[in-house]
Amino acid sequence: MSPTEFFAWMADTPWSVQLRESLYAWPFVESTHVLALGLFAGTAVMLDLRLLGLTLNRVPASALTSRLLPWTRAGFAIMVVTGLLLFYATPVRYYHNVFFRLKVIVLVIAGLNIWVFHSRIHRRIAAWDLDPVAPRAARIAAVVSLAGWAIVVVAGRLIAYNWFDCDIQPQPDFINWAAGCAAVALAP
Amino acid sequence: MLPFFQWCEATFIARGISDSVWLFGVIEAIHLLGLCLLGGALLIVDLRLLGVSLAEQPIAEVARSARRWLITGLVMMAATGIPLFLSEATKCYYNPSFWVKIITLPVALLFTFAVRQRIASNPTLVTSARSRTVAVASLALWYTVAAAGRWIGFSS
Repeated sequence: MSPTEFFAWMADTPWSVQLRESLYAWPFVESTHVLALGLFAGTAVMLDLRLLGLTLNRVPASALTSRLLPWTRAGFAIMVVTGLLLFYATPVRYYHNVFFRLKVIVLVIAGLNIWVFHSRIHRRIAAWDLDPVAPRAARIAAVVSLAGWAIVVVAGRLIAYNWFDCDIQPQPDFINWAAGCAAVALAP
Repeated sequence: MLPFFQWCEATFIARGISDSVWLFGVIEAIHLLGLCLLGGALLIVDLRLLGVSLAEQPIAEVARSARRWLITGLVMMAATGIPLFLSEATKCYYNPSFWVKIITLPVALLFTFAVRQRIASNPTLVTSARSRTVAVASLALWYTVAAAGRWIGFSS
């Protein structure tokens, strides 16, 4: 079974149909996804800005990683749950949407960046905790984080548009390749 | 008031956006980036006022540090939000969510800069019923603005 066939099966499950066609459930899930951005991306941005020395310079960096990150994680949990539900509502369309694919790739990069930050840079935080500007490695992680989440947010918003969808033809070969259009006979 | 909204939609900015396939979506995406910044700058102070984050740090220091980013976020949201409004002004006129947002927004701004800022910049303020009340009011006001804003796109 190809991924497209699997997602086509998923799109036919009763809950997927109900969510997709619902009057209020889908907008509720979608707006929760958007509003949780303020919590998740908002608090992540504040930590990045602190590492870059652009805010909260007199607050130890460890205060943010210990006191603010739990809120970032809570926001991320909401993003994941609501995001999976949104995918579940229209799986084939999302799977073959170039913005969705870009978003997933950059999400993985942003995740690796977090892993590098925590496994390497954050371990030595005691050495630079009170520095108003964090060391170079931490600043690089902050810039990667800011750029990564910005791409994720923008790509996420653009999933709503069908500019490059497989049923809108003709498209450049690159787009059809990036969207995996060869595999589709378009379902929801 | 309807003629004013119709005039808005006839401005060259509004027409430029409506005539473009991608402009509305791109401006909307930047509007969301502004939301991230504004959300972070608001929440870090409100969570501190509630005493549930950065509780060891002075409230005045957190509020002072966040202020620049609060204003940056607001400028980003306004710079993108106004063109978005212009491009579909008459739709907004008939849209209840738009009116909720446009009435709550000045209240939230006034509360943030006239009340919250004054209270949070007091160096002697500690986590208290007073600070928590301010935070809850701020969260409720801005949540309403954001949720109503998102809902403009649903109710059409």
